[in-house]
Amino acid sequence: MTNFVTFTVIGIVVGATYAIAASGLVLTYATSNVFNMAHGAVGMFMTFLYWEVSVNQGWPVWVALPFVLGIAAPAMGLLLERVMMRRLTQADVTISLVVTVGLLVALIGVAQTIWPPAGRNIEQFFNGDAVSFGIVRVSAHQFITMGVALAVAFGLYVLLNRTRIGTAMRAVVDNRELLALHGARPNLLSGLAWALGSSLAALAGILLAPQLTLDYTTLTFLVVSAYAAAMVGRLKSLPKTFVGAIVLGLLINYATWAYISLPKSVLTSDFGQVIYGVKNSLPTIFLLLVMLALPQEKLRIGRISGTKLPKLPSWPVALAWSAVFIVGTYLLTGQFGDANNSRFGQAMCLPLIMLSLVLLVGYGGDVSLMQLSFVGMGVLVAARGFTIPGTGIGFHPQVSVLSIVTAFLLTAMIGAIVAVPALRLRGLYIGLGTLALAAAIDRIVFNTKLLGFGNEGSTVNANRPGWLQSEQSFAMAVVVAFVVMGLMVLSIRRGKYGRILLATRDSQAACATLGFSTTITRVAVFAVSAGLAGVAGVFFAGEHISVSTYDVFFFKSLPLLLFATVFGVTSISGVLVGGLVYGLIGYAPTTVGNLASVVLLLGILLLGGNPNGLVGLIFEQARKVPLPWRRGGLPVEAEPYPTHNPARSALEAPVGTA
Amino acid sequence: MTGRTNALDVIDLTAGYGRIEVLHSVSFSVPVGAVVALLGPNGAGKTTTLNCISGVLSPTSGHVHLNGHHVNGAAADKLARAGLCTIPEGRGIFPNLTVTENVSLFAFASQTSPKDIEERTFTQFPRLQERRSQLAGKLSGGEQQMLAMARALSSDPAMLLLDELSMGLAPKIVEDLYEIVADIGRQGISVLVVEQFARRALAVAQLGIVMVQGRITAVGEPADIYDELSAAYLGGAA
Repeated sequence: MTNFVTFTVIGIVVGATYAIAASGLVLTYATSNVFNMAHGAVGMFMTFLYWEVSVNQGWPVWVALPFVLGIAAPAMGLLLERVMMRRLTQADVTISLVVTVGLLVALIGVAQTIWPPAGRNIEQFFNGDAVSFGIVRVSAHQFITMGVALAVAFGLYVLLNRTRIGTAMRAVVDNRELLALHGARPNLLSGLAWALGSSLAALAGILLAPQLTLDYTTLTFLVVSAYAAAMVGRLKSLPKTFVGAIVLGLLINYATWAYISLPKSVLTSDFGQVIYGVKNSLPTIFLLLVMLALPQEKLRIGRISGTKLPKLPSWPVALAWSAVFIVGTYLLTGQFGDANNSRFGQAMCLPLIMLSLVLLVGYGGDVSLMQLSFVGMGVLVAARGFTIPGTGIGFHPQVSVLSIVTAFLLTAMIGAIVAVPALRLRGLYIGLGTLALAAAIDRIVFNTKLLGFGNEGSTVNANRPGWLQSEQSFAMAVVVAFVVMGLMVLSIRRGKYGRILLATRDSQAACATLGFSTTITRVAVFAVSAGLAGVAGVFFAGEHISVSTYDVFFFKSLPLLLFATVFGVTSISGVLVGGLVYGLIGYAPTTVGNLASVVLLLGILLLGGNPNGLVGLIFEQARKVPLPWRRGGLPVEAEPYPTHNPARSALEAPVGTA
Repeated sequence: MTGRTNALDVIDLTAGYGRIEVLHSVSFSVPVGAVVALLGPNGAGKTTTLNCISGVLSPTSGHVHLNGHHVNGAAADKLARAGLCTIPEGRGIFPNLTVTENVSLFAFASQTSPKDIEERTFTQFPRLQERRSQLAGKLSGGEQQMLAMARALSSDPAMLLLDELSMGLAPKIVEDLYEIVADIGRQGISVLVVEQFARRALAVAQLGIVMVQGRITAVGEPADIYDELSAAYLGGAA
């Protein structure tokens, strides 16, 4: 009984913090149509700032708290709205996800630069004083958390439903221009929403922090729980979000209770590790279940999301470049030593992985934040081998044609299984769902001895075949794999299937009226893309020889997509450059790497969400250079699709004399 | 030096999208308290003209005077607070707000309390009162257009811009809506109606303007411009 009450109280308190974080998320999403993947990162950053002023600088709580919640966090929200979110309200989901993921990566980078890793703690409010209610003790901190959550719930409800400003905030999403036509200031309203949203993220972070040591990723990803809660309210309804948050909080704590009541023999067994993973993945499993319960997304008519793709190279040109690339890298790697060849080969693995994104994101217009999980599965196939039990038929743990084929089939199959439920939904939900699934796979599969690598941080080893032992030869194997798979992607794009893919991406409704099953197309592309990532995993394992769980940590799928998008996820050259840059940044000092993420973010903003990326931009400019062998001089400059809405920019034009 | 007799003066307005010029030096006026119909076939530049007036689009050159004030380049929300109300093409409503919220939202522009606005609106549009707590997106097309007008009137505008009122609606409903337009005109609010279906609009207008390919080809009383109008629609001189 005591246990039950204790776990219930803790569950409600934890749920209350989720509710605070989730309500900030719902508020910003409902008023700007941008789902902020960096919501948790904002909370993390502000919690570090709170630590800085209250612990490091020694400000009293009553100064530090209002400073962070009332000044710093709102200022950050306003800034984000002004420079970033305002441009994204009409953008494609992929773009807004990538930009906010970029913000997440950048915030972690900046936080790591300002506050280098060290053990930091935030004290509970009122020094952990507690009150006893019969059998259960409730700390003042827990009381405050619950009270604050209630106040936030009530305050937001009144704001959004009972005040004119709140109604107008909701109206901003419906029709920004119309609202302006009737005298409201949409920019001011969304600015206000983002300021408030940031404060709520900060509040949740500060309330949660005393229970954990201050850490960049834990705090950032605690909001996966917030996403899960917000999903109960379909990202719109605050009351349902609160219910979802409390239910989730209770669920997690009852699960903990059940887990610690298991017999010791189970806990310490290999299977116990899997149970532990399941327990820790409850928020993500909850999120996936909620998504399954959501009704199927309706086809949207009259919406064309087409963007201009870069020009496709012809077969002769593509083959010529492939040959040049292979010969060039062969000559170059001949000059490198072993150490550099190993670095080059490892960096080349990233473009190889990103090729799967070209197909899925670039051509297909879908989004996946779990590509690295498929890579991890490929690694496991190569490193653990595969034998059909009892028959002895199979192959040794080695990079081989068999392991490549097995990795492709296995990951493609898993990809298809994942895609079927995910693709019922819209881009944003696919992004969230795949991220959640990736986190769950990390804990339940990769971090267990039974199915994956072993405990967190464990490594597995893969063997290279005899004729590819040297660093140069294996690096070249990765290069050849990239070229071959790149040509495969290109041939898909050039064929009938590729045209269906592009048509699906541009307008699903139009495709459906022509009799194409868009679901089959999207499931197939998801599966093939997963398969390619799995194959990349085999090469990844061969190149690294020893791969740890950290190498395939689900979080790393985010920068993967980010780099691919910034450099051009719609072209093979784009991911080649993006992947190599990402791979090579890994060898730079941490500060440089952290700063690079900020530079990247600025890059995306400059691109204005152009999915063809930097490389696409360079090619576009290069084509305008008149060269003697170009027939007819300058090519005709095509009018870009009207992605830019003149009405919108006019709204933001400076005010004249009225 | 525009006199106080005109609610709106458009002088030598030129505008376009990107490199394409759509309006070629368009000039006309809307007298105070008059209902004026701006007519013309598809692609004549009617909506572009309206967008320039309402501040959604910045003209390349020319002037817009509202009540004698030069308002070029003013932001749409400022113009709205100055008494210019626009109902854009397609239903100008917020589908995820309730009918009541749609109506009272625009107490923003005026200083009237939301309660008064609701009361006034619902006396004028009893049909909307029946639907008051429904989401606006769930109303029928005619009701949505009615709501758009109700909401526009709630802000007590000096001037109303109406774009393609009849789009996608049944003739009977269009008739009802134009009754309301005539009513609004009688209340002393100046109205500029942009419309493809000329007859309906001219029945309530005091003045008709014909526009073809970004130029004004005729201005006059409804009876006088019929010839020019058929030429505009049939593509040749009568």
